[in-house]
Amino acid sequence: MVAQSIAGPVIRVRGLEKSYGKLEVLRGVDFDVARGSIFALLGSNGAGKTTVVRILATLLKADGGTASVNGFDVATRPADVRESFSLTGQFAAVDEILSGRENLVLVARLRHLKDPGAIADDLLRRFSLTDAGGRKVSTYSGGMRRRLDIAMSLIGNSPVIFLDEPTAGLDPEARIEVWHAVKELAGYGTTVLLTTQHLDEAEQLADRIAILHQGRIIANGTLAELKRLFPAASVEYVEKQPTLEEIFLSVIGGDDKSDTIGTSN
Amino acid sequence: MTTYFFGDTRVLTGRTLRHVTRSMDTVITTVITPVAMMLMFVYVFGGAIDTGSGSYVNYMLPGILLITIASGVSYTAYRLFTDMKSGIFERFQSLPIARSSVLWAHVLTSLAANLISLVIVVGVALLMGFRTGAGVPAWLAVAGILFLFTLALTWIAVIPGLSAASVEGAGAFAYPLIFLPFISSAFVPTETMPGPVRWFAEHQPVTSIVNTIRDLFAQRPVGDDIWTALAWCAGILVVAYVFAMAAYRRKIA
Repeated sequence: MVAQSIAGPVIRVRGLEKSYGKLEVLRGVDFDVARGSIFALLGSNGAGKTTVVRILATLLKADGGTASVNGFDVATRPADVRESFSLTGQFAAVDEILSGRENLVLVARLRHLKDPGAIADDLLRRFSLTDAGGRKVSTYSGGMRRRLDIAMSLIGNSPVIFLDEPTAGLDPEARIEVWHAVKELAGYGTTVLLTTQHLDEAEQLADRIAILHQGRIIANGTLAELKRLFPAASVEYVEKQPTLEEIFLSVIGGDDKSDTIGTSN
Repeated sequence: MTTYFFGDTRVLTGRTLRHVTRSMDTVITTVITPVAMMLMFVYVFGGAIDTGSGSYVNYMLPGILLITIASGVSYTAYRLFTDMKSGIFERFQSLPIARSSVLWAHVLTSLAANLISLVIVVGVALLMGFRTGAGVPAWLAVAGILFLFTLALTWIAVIPGLSAASVEGAGAFAYPLIFLPFISSAFVPTETMPGPVRWFAEHQPVTSIVNTIRDLFAQRPVGDDIWTALAWCAGILVVAYVFAMAAYRRKIA
């Protein structure tokens, strides 16, 4: 891979514009993502988060502005950009008819890597899918499918990973499993750009959060910086009730499966 | 990226071929219609159809083979449509591969799946009394024409496969293609048809292709029909390819 040694941000977006017919989805989006960080693009449904990811992933052309990944411009060097990232889609794009292992082998071979079988076996182990590895993906649960999906995007050790709504449609347990996987990725120095509409997800994972609203970034900073945008906190005494999520997790036993993810490395 | 084209196409073709071998029901449903038609025409209508000379199975097999291909390519559109909808097409497009190999894998798989169906249908025809004294060159010529016809129809199938809004829409294009042999020389001689129908029958692609294959099987000289047949196949192929690539470019923009 042609790794561009640049000191600046690994993802750089400037004045990005995109319209679908008369509908202006992006109206001048600017942000940078520092190498090795987790950056969350937060926004409600239809805010244009997926459009940003699709442009960065060279699946869609912007109408205006520039974007670069790993130092390569998405419009002029798309092939180099594709060498630099992995994409995990909003709807786990895995092959239902193939087994989990075959899916991993397929991606390893398409990334032109040596020994795809060993890569697949290693990832199945890291994502606790070894037993299910030989089964057709159509028999997997939503959480297993998403784990496989993320495992597929780790193949080839891309410096950048785009996670488009990685936990959409998952139950709380599976969501925590995915969070652990994402944190582990960043631990290895991978830059993660994730989109989400869940505030707690951004809070849990991201080093920096940008809020995309009506086609523009209206706030961009660390959680602490964003908190400072609000009026100073007033002190009130409120009885702390457990959240439904905490209740759910404690009632079903709380044997946190996600601990098994990635401990082999 | 051209360095990866053949390797990537091979890997992705392996994937789609597995889709075919793991859902053999698609091959069975492809051959069931032509085989049922063959049984109907030979054992029900055949006795009342005067084709001049020779056995009726021999007469109608070429048309049945074209119907087999027409119903086979609807699964090509279906497989491509499913890849588009599931998002795996985009996942492949986001990988550092030769991007067009995704499409070529579907095209090669279509050729392979149709070959399986054609072999099954010819096998059934042999059981029903189809006989030919055609030698290796004539068989190769038949195979060549069927290959071209499958390739042309496959590229037609790519268009709805890439752009259809629903599964039904993706497969619907095949119905007129399956119907076309009925208004041709495939089942009855065109001389029996009324004026305008006969004119249409004699000037549409199926008639020239059917006549050529029939002559090759019967070891008769093929005449000009073969050039008309090849011109139709090549023409359809080029036009369908151009439209398919336009649809493809819209998708990967």
